Amino acid sequence: MKLDRTAYLTLALSLGVPVALALLNQTTEVGSALHIPTYVVALAGKYLCYAMLALAVDLVWGFAGILSLGHAAFFALGGYAMGMYLMRQIGTRGVYGNAELPDFMVFLGWHELPWYWQGSQWFPFAVAMALIVPGVLAMGFGWLAFRSRVTGVYLSIITQALTYALLLAFFRNDMGFGGNNGMTDFKDILGLNVQADSTRSALMVISALCLCVQYLVARFVVQSRFGKVLIAVRNTESRTRFLGYRPEAYKLVVWTLSAVMAGIGGALYVPQVGIINPSEFAPANSIEAVIWVAVGGRGTLSGAILGAVAVNFGKTWFTGMLPDYWLYALGALFIFVTLFLPKGIMGLFAKRAAKPVAVLEVAE
Amino acid sequence: MRRLLAFLMIAAVSLASGPSKADPVDDAVTALSSGSFDSVHEGVGQLVASGSPRAAAIIGSLQNGKLYFRPDHTLFIKQDDGTYVGALTGTPAEAGAVKPVKVNNAIRGAMDAALGALRLFSPDAATRMTAAEAVFHAADPAALPALTKALEKEADPAVKVRMQQARAAVVLASPDGAEADRVAAVGVLRARGDIDARGFLASLSDQPPAVAAAITSALTAIDRLAQIWSVGQSIYYGLSLGSVLLLAAAGLAITFGVMGVINMAHGEMVMIGAYTTFVVQQFMRAHTPGLYGASLLFAVPLAFMVSGSIGIVIERTLIRWLYGRPLETLLATWGLSLVLQQAVRTIFGANNQDVDTPPWMSGATALGGLTLTWNRMYIILFSAVVLAGLMAALRYTSLGLRMRAVTQNRRMAAAMGIRTPWIDALTFGLGSGIAGMAGVALSQIDNVSPNLGQSYIIDSFMVVVFGGVGNLWGTTLGALTLGIVNKFLEPVAGAVVAKIVVLVLLILFIQRRPRGMFPLKGRAVES
Repeated sequence: MKLDRTAYLTLALSLGVPVALALLNQTTEVGSALHIPTYVVALAGKYLCYAMLALAVDLVWGFAGILSLGHAAFFALGGYAMGMYLMRQIGTRGVYGNAELPDFMVFLGWHELPWYWQGSQWFPFAVAMALIVPGVLAMGFGWLAFRSRVTGVYLSIITQALTYALLLAFFRNDMGFGGNNGMTDFKDILGLNVQADSTRSALMVISALCLCVQYLVARFVVQSRFGKVLIAVRNTESRTRFLGYRPEAYKLVVWTLSAVMAGIGGALYVPQVGIINPSEFAPANSIEAVIWVAVGGRGTLSGAILGAVAVNFGKTWFTGMLPDYWLYALGALFIFVTLFLPKGIMGLFAKRAAKPVAVLEVAE
Repeated sequence: MRRLLAFLMIAAVSLASGPSKADPVDDAVTALSSGSFDSVHEGVGQLVASGSPRAAAIIGSLQNGKLYFRPDHTLFIKQDDGTYVGALTGTPAEAGAVKPVKVNNAIRGAMDAALGALRLFSPDAATRMTAAEAVFHAADPAALPALTKALEKEADPAVKVRMQQARAAVVLASPDGAEADRVAAVGVLRARGDIDARGFLASLSDQPPAVAAAITSALTAIDRLAQIWSVGQSIYYGLSLGSVLLLAAAGLAITFGVMGVINMAHGEMVMIGAYTTFVVQQFMRAHTPGLYGASLLFAVPLAFMVSGSIGIVIERTLIRWLYGRPLETLLATWGLSLVLQQAVRTIFGANNQDVDTPPWMSGATALGGLTLTWNRMYIILFSAVVLAGLMAALRYTSLGLRMRAVTQNRRMAAAMGIRTPWIDALTFGLGSGIAGMAGVALSQIDNVSPNLGQSYIIDSFMVVVFGGVGNLWGTTLGALTLGIVNKFLEPVAGAVVAKIVVLVLLILFIQRRPRGMFPLKGRAVES
């Protein structure tokens, strides 16, 4: 795998900044000029998780031409898998003090754990589920969709229907995932207090590491022979098929990989924000993830990370300063980027970059 | 006690009909003024059976403790100002030394029943109807004599049927009575066939075998009928939901289907239409209250123009730069939808706005076992009119001809001298305007809030994709199918699960037919 300057810069920033934040948070005293408050660490951790989601979206949209309007569903499923583990760790410290059942189940009058909650108290099992559930769902969905050549906007719309259906399903109390309120009030992860500064710093650094690994994996995939075919599929799917490739197989692999990446992001997201509820499935969230990629630069990978962090930083700033204007700003961003910045922020630096990762011209 | 009352009433009726007896009203007055509870109780029954026009007034005053008697068996009613009127005459009278007629709980019960029975003789048909229905629900054997009498006199056929049903219930509830009468009574209730009749029949026990058999078969018949009606009701609800979907999706079928533009701000055009209705109503309430009832008729064309003009502006400023890039269009229009929502929130506030339903649209009518609400009925009609208008516009107008030409072959159309950019703008305006009209209809059944459009956008896209792009008939069939399937699943699975099932079915359907039920054929599809 070849790494260019952009890649080194991306890796250095993605890992260096979080490590620096964590060190400053842990080693300096509160009140010191160099001290980084814990809320900044928590925010940074959140951005890193969003960056993983953006990277996943960029992999399918930027390189396979699949515009997913439902990627937040995979993110949320990963989050729910981790949330189940965290719920089980509460044990007798819940409001009802039930060692076996989470509070909401006691509240609903349930007497035993549903079968799909079995095993969720083991951390490795929860992590495996955070990878397997989004992966299997994506594989099943993709197998059906790509095999019957559902493409373009049709695919976008059914991905949106998928996340919408999951949104409605998870709102139901009978699903056994906490209904409207979701899961929150977490106490421990692997025996460590999730609220503690040190745990938060550690989770953020782990998120940064995961992001870097995902970035390398994604780069490896798109630079390989496999990635070349993928780009061919994106540009002209029929021609690629006539050349003897099977576009659906290539798409299915990258689609599943992307869903797993999003699931990892979700699993790291939940302990850091302390809550997971069905609103994570809202179609608007998935579309927002797409705009992060568009802002950063579609098909560049580094741009996805940059876009996710930049847009979410803007969101934090706006909702703090001018809460009524955030939607104007976000809406305007959508319009401005699609009309005037089709290659995103990375497009502005394209000439200075050693070599673009992929050909950006997309024939549609 | 009821049996005693029944016995007394029957006795009173038979006495009253006897030829050689004194006037039954006199008997009743004598009994009421006797001073003993038992005879007063008897007197109430006699008074009702006598059919005296003053009976209701006398019993009413007795209930309020305003009935007084003199030892010579004359009754007086005390007025609010302390004077007396003759109980039978209703004219002012000198009472002298009077005592109030005292009542106990047994008499109070008898009075309630008596007043109920008296209403069976009211000159007002609606009152008689309610009274008969009340007797049906009470199924008190004591009411039988009065009911029989009322039936003889009844001229209104509808009230008569109701009274016969009440009589049937009474006959079945009373412990005695011939078997043949009872079987006939079951037949009457079977013919009534509603949930009350079913409940009453199901509550009967210890019947003779012939009657029990009749009841069982009546219950089966009623259940079968109820099932048929409930299927009909589900179809009606489904049609109504389908026509709402159709209204929301018809505009999208134009912009997405004909132009291939993914307009995520389509829902906001609907929302703007609903807010136009709100503004029109506010304006008319303030300035032309006389025409307020017709406010929706003004709102429809106005909403078309408002949403349509906004649509044209959007096309000219935003969409035309993005032709041929459907995914970018999707993102830009999504951003636009956020801006429009927030703009409406800034102008009107985030709360739901009150949009009135005019009187001619509220209420419901019953058709057999169906309840048809007027507002849903008008929406079904309205969507049919909109669809017909849209099809006619596409087929018979010169604009429609140009639109179809541009859809089929843009370059050829341009070569023939059609100004395609203008056609694009007008087509987009037409689609948006129809969304605005849908907003007027939705303001009648949904909350008018800035989020109104969002709740319909996914459904509308589903309808268009399901029906097949570029085909209004497909859109219609898609909307109605989705509506009906949804409403049939709802009773079985619950509203949310029904919606999920429909979404999953749609996802699976698209796998089978990636381009909808009625796909466009030809090479243009791939581009």
